[in-house]
Amino acid sequence: MAKHEYAFYPGCSSQKGASASNYLTSVESMCKTLDVKLTEIPDWNCCGASIGYAEAGELPRHVMNARNFALSEKHMPGQEIVATCAACWLGARETRERLTHSDTLMADTREALKEAGLTINEMPNIRHMVEVLIEDLGFDEMKKHVVRPLEGVKIAGYVGCQTNRPFGVDGESFENPQYLDKMVEMVGAEPIPEYEQKVTCCGGALAFSEPEKAQAQIKDIVESAYDHGAEMIVTPCPLCQANVEIYQGQINKTYGTKFNIPVMYYSQLMVVAYGGSARDAALNGQVIKARRLEAIAAKPVKR
Amino acid sequence: MSANTAVADKYRNNFLKEIEEQVEMGDWVKMCMQCGVCSGSCPTNFQSAWEHPPQELFMMIRAGKREEVLTSSSMWNCTSCYNCIVRCPRKIPITHIMHGIAEYAHRIGLAPKMQATRFFSGLFWKNCTQTGRVNELKLSMGLYFKDGFASGIREGMKMKDIAIGMVLAKRLNPFELFGGHKCKDQKGIQAMLKKAYEIEHARKAAKMAG
Repeated sequence: MAKHEYAFYPGCSSQKGASASNYLTSVESMCKTLDVKLTEIPDWNCCGASIGYAEAGELPRHVMNARNFALSEKHMPGQEIVATCAACWLGARETRERLTHSDTLMADTREALKEAGLTINEMPNIRHMVEVLIEDLGFDEMKKHVVRPLEGVKIAGYVGCQTNRPFGVDGESFENPQYLDKMVEMVGAEPIPEYEQKVTCCGGALAFSEPEKAQAQIKDIVESAYDHGAEMIVTPCPLCQANVEIYQGQINKTYGTKFNIPVMYYSQLMVVAYGGSARDAALNGQVIKARRLEAIAAKPVKR
Repeated sequence: MSANTAVADKYRNNFLKEIEEQVEMGDWVKMCMQCGVCSGSCPTNFQSAWEHPPQELFMMIRAGKREEVLTSSSMWNCTSCYNCIVRCPRKIPITHIMHGIAEYAHRIGLAPKMQATRFFSGLFWKNCTQTGRVNELKLSMGLYFKDGFASGIREGMKMKDIAIGMVLAKRLNPFELFGGHKCKDQKGIQAMLKKAYEIEHARKAAKMAG
């Protein structure tokens, strides 16, 4: 039996061929090393994300998340639900909070769920993968598996919004959370604690609908990483990752900058530090290639 | 009678009450003490994207400026970063109220028609509820083609390099156009959502009658 077991809510962007498929690949390798067993919630659905608000209303949005709770309870009773995506985590946790606080909303939700042949008896705990790593395993346990430290690599820890606000991770401050820097340190790389854009918003869904507004913010996030001598940026959020990585070319055209900095997931750093291959870490999923990490991943492991 | 005239009639001269009863978390609006921390914490407000930042909207609601608030593009500039929520000294759920006012303006047909984020928001919800899961390719295409075929091609061409990069990295699958990921129990999801809308409409209507 695995040391830690959870019901897993991967979310739409983690699916095969979707924008964060590299996140999922690296999380799977990371969990194998850490003996964490994730069992996918059968037939899970989208959380609705924050941006669905124009049509979602209140109850339909909570019902979407509640369906996942019900499926998790049906197939994996008693297990906590773990999400890797910031928006999935936030959406599900918000629904949990609202349903717990309002009997009317809970009753309405149960009535709607009945139509899909489902019900909720117990409210599950909703965790983000980084919470599992930090709170359930701890930094010492995570560090134990490092066999290929990312020595001398300077990495800006970009926490972003939704893995930070409004719920926070491990009781950290909203203005200057430290956990991502500690994770960078844990894999043997060099964190940048003075990186002042670490909780700046990447623009979220406005990167699609009003790109000039989002790109103005992304520019600040990337520029500050360069100013502090970072070789790459690391983040725990799929939308932060995509937004900060893929628009650098357009930003260069608009602002005359020469941005070309890789944006990684914490799980990718961990897999490489744990001795995994470039493939295990899904380094081929980067639009801006992380050459330095590729080189490290090709090196033999010190055991 | 249009949805707008019905509510305008019911709540005549009491816009605050209208917001309290019809908008998600609207009953928090009166708690605002006009400190302005929300406006100073909003990332898109720094780009002058907000005609009226949150604190101003709250005061306008209390002043009964119904038309100005509901037709404003302001709320649609929310990026859901939750900075205003965590900094508000009164712990007002500002992000949710912004979404709530936007949703309400959309529901009664007063929201600015061509506002891009309004369009995208509706598109996203339809996209993800149709099959239970987001189809990223159809979502992007739907956005580019919102103003018709010719401008769709133009918008799509602007994104060409990004799309190629994503396809090469195996993070965008062109075949999503012909299907893609979906939930098995789509029937159950549709029935469940239909019921949820029925209940929600009934609850809002009851407030109108009361």
